[in-house]
Amino acid sequence: MLLIRCPYCEEERPELEFRNAGEAHIARSANMAGESDDDFEKFFFIRSNPKGIIYERWRHMHGCARFFNAVRDTVTDKFVMTYKAGEPKPSKLPKNSNEVVAK
Amino acid sequence: MKKYSVFAIAREAMRGHKGWEEQWSSPEPKKEYDVIIVGAGGHGLATAYYLATVHGITNVAVLEKGWLGGGNTGRNTTIIRSNYLYDESAGIYDHALKLWDGLSQELNYNVMYSARGVMMLAHNVHDVQVLKRHVHANRLNGIDNEWLTPEQAKEFCPPLNTSKDARYPVVGAALQRRGGTARHDAVAWGYARGASARGVHIIQNCEVTGVKRAANGAVTGVDTTRGFIGAKKVGVVAAGHSSVIMNMAGVRMPLESYPLQALVSEPVKPVVPCVVMSNTVHAYISQSDKGELVIGAGTDQYVSYSQTGGLHILQHTLDAICEMFPIFTRMKMLRSWGGIVDVTPDRSPILAKTPVPGLYVNCGWGTGGFKATPGSGHVFAHTIAKDDPHPINAPFTIERFRTGRLIDEAAAAAVAH
Repeated sequence: MLLIRCPYCEEERPELEFRNAGEAHIARSANMAGESDDDFEKFFFIRSNPKGIIYERWRHMHGCARFFNAVRDTVTDKFVMTYKAGEPKPSKLPKNSNEVVAK
Repeated sequence: MKKYSVFAIAREAMRGHKGWEEQWSSPEPKKEYDVIIVGAGGHGLATAYYLATVHGITNVAVLEKGWLGGGNTGRNTTIIRSNYLYDESAGIYDHALKLWDGLSQELNYNVMYSARGVMMLAHNVHDVQVLKRHVHANRLNGIDNEWLTPEQAKEFCPPLNTSKDARYPVVGAALQRRGGTARHDAVAWGYARGASARGVHIIQNCEVTGVKRAANGAVTGVDTTRGFIGAKKVGVVAAGHSSVIMNMAGVRMPLESYPLQALVSEPVKPVVPCVVMSNTVHAYISQSDKGELVIGAGTDQYVSYSQTGGLHILQHTLDAICEMFPIFTRMKMLRSWGGIVDVTPDRSPILAKTPVPGLYVNCGWGTGGFKATPGSGHVFAHTIAKDDPHPINAPFTIERFRTGRLIDEAAAAAVAH
């Protein structure tokens, strides 16, 4: 079971308290009906599914109930960092992580 | 290829078993092949086998980054059934089921297909409605599936708890008698032996690191840890890693990869005569010929390539097993493991041509690909050989996620996926 740091509660808590909510930083169109089929497919179905660093959403379901984002290595399942929803995708990852950044 | 038979066993017994030959050869890779298959699991090897036997294409290499059959082929719970809801699924899964029947004879290799029946339990009104809908849909498609009362379910599987005061009482069940199990490793080995005997090169410990394309976009071959290998046709059959390989060719996929766990108990005498699945209490179980109870869990909730998973997932599954079979509460579990399954948004596979000329993909089998192995290889070989899908896999395109023509089998499995 993973230990996940909730950036709102500022605590590491067991995975059982959390729900994974899929890939992060996928912007929802303000005009969904105007989206082309290609763009809707990209938004709704296509996922990067990286072997390496993933940016993903989690929800602290049985805690503060808030959504936040996390950076994790999908090979080791180690978390690199978590950050609050709405914050930009980190351009640099912390140096102390030994993780390989996905291409 | 020397044929296996009772006479071969007798002959070898007479001379100290010194005459058995290797089941498949391990040649050095050539510079170029007509077709490269990426992934020597059951589906990839079956594809190579049918390319050779049905289409006469033998200049084929099957590249495997690890060892043959060491991915999900060696990690699944070996269940075979075709009781899927939609016509498209019925077509492909029953095509496979028909090939299972007789596969041992065709391959001259005992894959131990045992049609012992797959029984899916209903615990509430909703389950009854869903399973009866499946029974009716299957029968309209010519697939056997029948409704059992709790008493009939108990008769079919005596250790099942059907008491009325169970927390989740069994109120009925759907039974597909042609469903069952097979020996997973033997399926990979049998197809490998058959393909190798016809000239297919099976190259293990050879990881694909890039997909090369010409100026016009068409595939020219693959980079591997053993150098560049050319081919005008490349079929990707890489299960959990399919999207990784497809990304090398510049194709983004509607796939996510999750750990899926399974476990086996200590071996005991025959006690579970069939396969039992329950969507509601969330578990499935069968017994191997070695006597181990083979138990399947659900997927973890996050994308991962770690071939492991959370302990709480196994615990949840064992809770369900003990609920269905109180007699197993004192059984010891021997081993657990995880495989990485590639899941599509509609829980149906993709077997199709891709936007890249010469590149084909067979992926997205999610939590239930083993049962489809022969049918999948058979129609995928057709797709590669003819550069056109077989009518059976024609609906399983990548484009369906743009057009919306989905094949929604999200209710098909017994566990969350």
